[in-house]
Amino acid sequence: MSFNQETCEVRGCRITLKRGGAGPRLLYLHGANGAASVRPFMQELAQAFEVLVPEHPGFGGSDEPDWLDNIHDLAYFYLDFLEQLDLKDVLVVGASIGGWVALEVAVRDTSRIRALTAVGPLGIYVPGLKRGDLFLWTPEEKVRNLFYDQKIADQMLAQPATPEQVETEVKNLYTLARLAWEPRMFDPHLAKWLHRIQVPAQIIWGEHDKVLPAGYAAEFKKLIPQARVDIVERCGHVPHTERPQEFARLVREFAAKN
Amino acid sequence: MNVMLFHLMPYADLDLEEADKYPHSWVTLPNRLYDPKKGHALYNRYLDEMEYAEEIGFDGVCVNEHHQTCYGMMPSPIVTASALARRTSRAKIAILGSALPLRAHPLTIAEEHAMIDNITGGRLISGFVRGIGCEYHAWGVNPTYSLARFNEAHDLIVRAWTEPGPFEFHGRHFHFEYVNVWPRPYQQPHPPVWIPSQGSRETIEFASHPSRKYTYLQTFSPIKAVAKQLQSYRDTAKRYGYTSTPAQLGWATPLYVGDTDESALAECAEHYENFRNRYLGKMPMEMLMPPGYTSRESAKAIVAAKSVAHEKAETARSNELGMMTCGSAKTVTERLIGYMKEIGFGNLLVMLQFGTLPANLTRRNMERFAEDVMPKLKQAAKELYGEAATS
Repeated sequence: MSFNQETCEVRGCRITLKRGGAGPRLLYLHGANGAASVRPFMQELAQAFEVLVPEHPGFGGSDEPDWLDNIHDLAYFYLDFLEQLDLKDVLVVGASIGGWVALEVAVRDTSRIRALTAVGPLGIYVPGLKRGDLFLWTPEEKVRNLFYDQKIADQMLAQPATPEQVETEVKNLYTLARLAWEPRMFDPHLAKWLHRIQVPAQIIWGEHDKVLPAGYAAEFKKLIPQARVDIVERCGHVPHTERPQEFARLVREFAAKN
Repeated sequence: MNVMLFHLMPYADLDLEEADKYPHSWVTLPNRLYDPKKGHALYNRYLDEMEYAEEIGFDGVCVNEHHQTCYGMMPSPIVTASALARRTSRAKIAILGSALPLRAHPLTIAEEHAMIDNITGGRLISGFVRGIGCEYHAWGVNPTYSLARFNEAHDLIVRAWTEPGPFEFHGRHFHFEYVNVWPRPYQQPHPPVWIPSQGSRETIEFASHPSRKYTYLQTFSPIKAVAKQLQSYRDTAKRYGYTSTPAQLGWATPLYVGDTDESALAECAEHYENFRNRYLGKMPMEMLMPPGYTSRESAKAIVAAKSVAHEKAETARSNELGMMTCGSAKTVTERLIGYMKEIGFGNLLVMLQFGTLPANLTRRNMERFAEDVMPKLKQAAKELYGEAATS
């Protein structure tokens, strides 16, 4: 399935936007590592959906607008984005920080959202559930701690990064810190308003997530009671990357019922 | 020539064997390794050392700010400076510096510095820093706003000291309806401001700007880097259209004076290596350079080099590089005068206690330096710069 990349301008902020596949519309909001390239899970999703993959402002090939100070700014940006592209009945899928953005969007307005899938989302804090600190992890730990299957980490670590990849990696890390350094990876006000999400919701979590432990899935379930929770066994923080087929199957299954 | 004693107040009684079990000496080193009874003795020993510095002729004493580390027991240099304010009567007290971006309310710095300036009748030297990268982990402040918060807090503090209050201040990070600081500083228009740095283009441009002409201090660097950065300050001042004076340039360095070159090295080596390798050095890049703390160009270079923050230091080698200076009084005097002629600094900040250097060696180091090195250095500076050039 081939993807096209275009540049999309929303109120003066230019972002990259990849599109591929056919079917119901699916907006994928990427995590901290960005979405510079088309990845296997996107191909999987594109077999059942028309997949839209923007790079967030501040990430990859997208602009770094002056107004980007916090996660709320990103949420309002995506509300503008949905309006401008006049997207309706969209399935929004967000991973990690992208899952957090999806939740922040949905507490504000779900009028254009049919259903929501959050994959290991950041955004809330639960005392006693030990989180990882990726700002203190070494470059190697940052790769290893994402995966349950260390063979995947070995392969990634064996490939030297190109200068373009280093450029993107540093840009993404700087934006991540801008958005999520303090409070660390959450918004103290989000949990108060998650009940406003009334559309069908799905929480997917890797059983062995070292960024945010899978115990967070049950906490989200308390705050979004209608959510369906899928725990992916033998998997770390990024089920879409570590188990792309199973991930796509879970999303398709959820979408088919909603 | 201003000769000042710089103290870090390290937790010298650290159980080194126990501390070696932990990967870092900053941020995450468990504070159960700090014993308050030993801390009590150390605080008082170090304050005594700084008071003694005035007694034996130093022009001033310097304190600084670091958080959550055995490297220094001064999370608040304000407390140290305050303790010294009434126990000294002649020496300058330099706060090098207060970490502006870490304060939620930067007017507290304007107030506290002004209080010390008033109590001491104008003996305060203010210093402003961003804090090192570790501070942003320890303190939680977002490092991507570090530079912006520094600049905004600096402008606010200087305006609070110099403009008639009350006035409004609404920046991007700090908001005040009534800026009207009591007390106003004793020194007018405000206390001198010194900027300690490891050397960056932006910092040198900021400090040397004609509207500021702040004294720039190169800290703990090989002598070649000291020469390069201080020359860069002079060049930048030229480009701004003025000639900087030696008083605008300073150098901070660990130093040890012994009876002979050999005994000096033998006495201080272990303690200096503890300072570098155990107190300062156990700091990974992720701590030293959190995202946003440096320009993205520097961050890319670091990713590419996959480097560690510090290589293991060895005292004899550090002495050769001029990272530190040790030797007999004669050797040390000759080297310092040589550096002064070559580099042209008007402020010398000597750290005469470092790492685990115990009280008796610290005292002897201070006395040898004050008696056998400092007078010759001051005489040489007078000949080189003229009587008034550095005061």
